[in-house]
Amino acid sequence: MKHLDEYRDSEKAKLILDAIHKKVTKKWNIMEICGGQTHSIVKYGIDELLPNEINLIHGPGCPVCVTPIEKIDKAIEIASNPNVIFCSFGDMLRVPGSKTDLLKIKAMGFDVRIVYSPVDAVNIAKQNPEKEIVFFAVGFETTAPPNAQAVFLAYQMGIKNFSVLVSHVLVPPAIKAILDSKNNRVQGFLAAGHVCTVMGFKEYEEIAEKYKIPIVVTGFEPLDILQGIYMCVSQLEEGRSEVENQYARVVTKDGNTKAQKIMYEIFEITDRKWRGIGEIKESGFKLKEKYNEYDAELKFGIVNYSVEESGECISGLILQGIKKPVDCSVFGAKCTPEHPLGATMVSSEGACSAYYLYKEKKL
Amino acid sequence: MCLAVPGKILEITEGDELLKTAKVSFGGAVKDINISFVPEAKVGDYVLAHVGFALNIIDEEEAKKTFDYLKQMGDIG
Repeated sequence: MKHLDEYRDSEKAKLILDAIHKKVTKKWNIMEICGGQTHSIVKYGIDELLPNEINLIHGPGCPVCVTPIEKIDKAIEIASNPNVIFCSFGDMLRVPGSKTDLLKIKAMGFDVRIVYSPVDAVNIAKQNPEKEIVFFAVGFETTAPPNAQAVFLAYQMGIKNFSVLVSHVLVPPAIKAILDSKNNRVQGFLAAGHVCTVMGFKEYEEIAEKYKIPIVVTGFEPLDILQGIYMCVSQLEEGRSEVENQYARVVTKDGNTKAQKIMYEIFEITDRKWRGIGEIKESGFKLKEKYNEYDAELKFGIVNYSVEESGECISGLILQGIKKPVDCSVFGAKCTPEHPLGATMVSSEGACSAYYLYKEKKL
Repeated sequence: MCLAVPGKILEITEGDELLKTAKVSFGGAVKDINISFVPEAKVGDYVLAHVGFALNIIDEEEAKKTFDYLKQMGDIG
């Protein structure tokens, strides 16, 4: 496939690897923000081909992993209503709540459906006027505009039996939280290419300047990631701290302003709890008051909720880059993708799942 | 979750502004993709699709530059 296969060429990968080996003189900790990048890095063994001086830290950029346990429990409560058709992206179904997960609710006979697009959920609402259709609106800035568009379409078409359970998160506040943490070891970032496709990279320039840290907007294929690492290492070795754009074939400085416009029409910034990390100020989206009738939490009266996390899972430390999956005592034994104890083992983009899938044999 | 896939526009279905849709081929698998965020997209363009929406048109010139950069790297190496 064009725009994919050419970025998986092993000869070209060797060229960049050689250049990285020549460039590096000191130890550097670089964090890839996005779980999609973590998946590629571990799948293609990029981390093992890099010089020993470079330590890749896997960031919190997996919405499935950071959706708070309370939201999963709320989703389960709503989905357990016989009059509801609960629609979600597929990877949310196996995320463990405090007692069960959405897939088990579906197995019990409740109507839980996997949709490809949020607009599919609006169409289901149109086709089933006697039912309440609830869409689980999760994701980073990449997914916020499509989800916003679904709400706007329902609003425009006067569809009243559609609502959304919102758990949107934002990347820049998470980067700042990592950098402000006293445990921080990150010296450079690979920013998430698809988040920046929507948002551009202006908001990262302020972070690079304030924290004196290089940020390279990076794509997802092996050559993209290797080039992003090369650009980041070059900045570190040369003492620069700028925002550079490796993924210019889809990312511009301003991003997609049409997508941003619909996103800000529907959502406004709010404080958001991240699973395993805790609350981060102004790190998420909620529906604007104008669209309250589409807020599933208000519609089903389940606004306040507090749940304790299980003590065994260290996904919070993994999401902050403090520990790696192999540091966990239950990794690969009590906790597997079939029986995950924490969200980082559920999503294929979670660091634990990526390690289990691609590194298990080597452990 | 932020997975987005490049695909080629085969045909544009002139829908309502918010529902402007194109038939997009992903290596032969054809899907309807909402192109309202990139209304300027034309048949033959490659778009980056995510959850049924095109997030941007792939810039062929910039894509070429990536490989020019790599070539340069090889020359230096």
